[in-house]
Amino acid sequence: MTALPKFEVTRRWFLASLGSAAVVSGFLPNSAYAAVPAVPPLHGGYSPTMWYTVHGDGKIVVHVPLAEMGQHVGTALARIVAEELEADWEHVEVVHVDPDPKWGYMITGGSWSVNQKFLLLSRAGAAGRTAFIEAGAMMLGAAPSECSARASRVVFGDKSVSYGDIVSAGAITRTFSEEELKGIKLKPPHERRLLNGAFAARDIPAKVNGQAVFGIDRSVEGMLFARPVMPPTRYGSKITSWSDARAKAVPGYIRTVEIEDPSDTCQGWLVVVAEDWPAASEAVELLDVQYQAGSSSQIGEDAIIAEGLRLVNQPDGGSLFYQSGDVSELASPDAFEAVYITHTALQMPLEPLNALVWHDGDLWRIHTSDQHPSASHPLVARALGVLPEKVAMESSYLGGGFGRRLFCEFIVPAALTAKAMGQPVKLVFSRTDDSKLCQPRSPTVQLIRSRTNGDGTLASYEYRGAAAWPTHAQNPAFLSDAVDKKGKIDAFAISGADHWYDAAVQSIRTMRNEVAHDVFLPGYLRSVSAGYTTWAVETYIDELAYKLGRDPAQYRRSLLTKQGRNSGEAPQSVGGAQRLRDVLDKVIAKSGWADRSQLADGEGMGIALGTGQERTMPTWSATVARVAVDRSTGKVSVKRLVSVVDAGVLVHPDGALAQVEGGMLWGLSLALHEGTEFENGLPRDLNFNSYTPVRMQDVPDVEIEFVANDHMPVGLGEPGVITVAPAIGNAIFHATGARLRELPIRPDAVLKALEV
Amino acid sequence: MISVKINGDKLSVDPANDMPLLWYLRDHLNLTGTKYGCGVAACGACTVHVDGQARRSCITPLSSLDGSEVTTIEGLAAASSEAGELHPIQAAWIEAQAPQCGYCQSGQIMQAAALLGESPDPTDEEISASMAGNLCRCMAYIRIRAAIKLAAKAQQEAAR
Repeated sequence: MTALPKFEVTRRWFLASLGSAAVVSGFLPNSAYAAVPAVPPLHGGYSPTMWYTVHGDGKIVVHVPLAEMGQHVGTALARIVAEELEADWEHVEVVHVDPDPKWGYMITGGSWSVNQKFLLLSRAGAAGRTAFIEAGAMMLGAAPSECSARASRVVFGDKSVSYGDIVSAGAITRTFSEEELKGIKLKPPHERRLLNGAFAARDIPAKVNGQAVFGIDRSVEGMLFARPVMPPTRYGSKITSWSDARAKAVPGYIRTVEIEDPSDTCQGWLVVVAEDWPAASEAVELLDVQYQAGSSSQIGEDAIIAEGLRLVNQPDGGSLFYQSGDVSELASPDAFEAVYITHTALQMPLEPLNALVWHDGDLWRIHTSDQHPSASHPLVARALGVLPEKVAMESSYLGGGFGRRLFCEFIVPAALTAKAMGQPVKLVFSRTDDSKLCQPRSPTVQLIRSRTNGDGTLASYEYRGAAAWPTHAQNPAFLSDAVDKKGKIDAFAISGADHWYDAAVQSIRTMRNEVAHDVFLPGYLRSVSAGYTTWAVETYIDELAYKLGRDPAQYRRSLLTKQGRNSGEAPQSVGGAQRLRDVLDKVIAKSGWADRSQLADGEGMGIALGTGQERTMPTWSATVARVAVDRSTGKVSVKRLVSVVDAGVLVHPDGALAQVEGGMLWGLSLALHEGTEFENGLPRDLNFNSYTPVRMQDVPDVEIEFVANDHMPVGLGEPGVITVAPAIGNAIFHATGARLRELPIRPDAVLKALEV
Repeated sequence: MISVKINGDKLSVDPANDMPLLWYLRDHLNLTGTKYGCGVAACGACTVHVDGQARRSCITPLSSLDGSEVTTIEGLAAASSEAGELHPIQAAWIEAQAPQCGYCQSGQIMQAAALLGESPDPTDEEISASMAGNLCRCMAYIRIRAAIKLAAKAQQEAAR
């Protein structure tokens, strides 16, 4: 991995350099202006489909319609094309394309990218291979059936011709219809040369020398800087009076804009504009504003949790997500019942929210970092009062997404300020502004009850979960119907509750917490609902195992018999629960589970299984945590995390590993280190002094093993997160007998549980 | 007016308005590799070197730097290598494939460079202590630690 070829990951963005009048001697190094990327040609060459172009010099430019936010997504997608195209990987480049209807719906999230683009891009690559073999065979005087393709060349016996030369000769023009693409034959897995193999990510070199361009780095001639004045609540606040008398003393202060927003995104907002951002920021602090605060200014975490508890205690409340068997069985009073609570968690990507907007001719130009341009685009157009085709959006690299950039409402105040000023405006939120405009993972309450047969099998299993529904707030068109057609469901608030354990009778219901919706705009935080549903399910199964006197790993194994719908479906979930059982067996062996009774006093091991988010795209994983608990302080130290993951074929194995490493540390962070609570309508913790994600010194020994196979690749951006918290909680129980049913796990709660 | 050297270039600046170094670098010099993350020296994304020491540029007033030498991520390689070459720490970062989103990495690298300047062969404890102020929201810590160790090894081999 040390010999790295020179690759470029570029995009066609416009970026004007600011002057530097202060330079009086010497000159700035060239790197000062290197933020302007090279412009790769997007015209000319040969494109069998719109997803890539092969140029006459042999360069293959893959068009990536997804956002880069740490997952090296361009590299992964290009690798899929290169595999079927039989391309020389050294010739492949990546371009992140700007939003355009021709690329289809643009969203980056859900750990979907590789999974959803796999067949599409494999077929596109195979189409190119087919066309190159046909054209190359002609040039070589052979029949296509006598030729093969390898490393960007068509080969006939000892003769060959390169893809670049075929394109230069104008010998290739074939394009493919949708029907032809669907019918195209992919290589058998044993002929794959690139997938599952080691190589470096293309975006990394620019991320170590300061040249990678993030949204906040963008600039344009004549640009003004702005910072918002955040209202006391997300909804319903009104400005009763304001004065910039004191702010006017700040050198560089220009003006304060009162935002009137046709999209109703900004309720009670001011934006301060200045010649530089520190001036705007200082002026915000000196602005005198009086508000009539929205009704949620009286609401906090306790009220949201109380509503959740009220909801889950209604057996027929909410909407039905899944049901099987004779549900009259569920009413039995002898069921074992437990309730699990999770508190507010914030994405807090390190790049604060920002957007650069200006009017260019009759076009509004938006530069920002965005996971979901297809949703931002119409929203911004509505706010500006123009047709969507009058808004041109570009997204740079994202300084982290984690779900916060799936609904980019923060562009709206930037756009309206630019409109009011008649000049380009770059709006940058301070970290605390950003936290106030949060889209948190909702606090949740989950109730599970079940009855077991004499052999421990599940006779009945019932789940009721209450949370705010991000899809209801952000993308209502994506709500689904309840299985009994009574009402709607946000699958992104419940997925993961529908586990792969067998149960004769099952009912899974989901409830929308309206109190939470009054306070905040719920978000999709990395791992989405599976981040809390798996915590509840895997803690519950553990409790059940101990209650039955069973080993928690072996008990889980006994429930994974891949019957009925748990047998899986090709290609996404082929193998079903058997694959979950296989990763469980592997982690039992790898973690030293059998010797867990010999751990030191105060130490324990816990296990948890996870299958990612939707059952339609399961990532099979099993994790064992080893912890040490200080009984006098309640402090939990995680010593080791061992995980075995089956995600099908790995398109970019090292990137896959990085995602699971980061994901597992997110799981650790959400379990023990970070989190906040709502107080008076806003999160209590607004900056990294009191909101405290995992740091270097908190990282335990982490071991990750992937199962090698050729199955359909599934998601990896998020599944690493979800097994860690329940594995830690279950390890605490093994170490001390203290059962924790609330996330995050705080030392006080451990001490309290130790008393029980 | 103050005189300050930034990545080897001598600048004469009127540091009006208590401009923090961070914003001067980013918005006046277009040295955007140095990042804004928290504004209160709690995340380390804005770390640069001032006279060879790691400093949080978000809380360092430009006016305090009269006569100082500032090195940013853009100038790190130039400060130690042949033109066009990477600093050994940057090379190690690539070898370890450390960055994910990359937003914190300039700060991580500048902090690590300062650490290796003081302690060429740091222990795990020293790495944890030195890097504790640098938040990586992608949580690429495992590879950041690995990269620091690779860089330390490369520096020692080069010195031999």
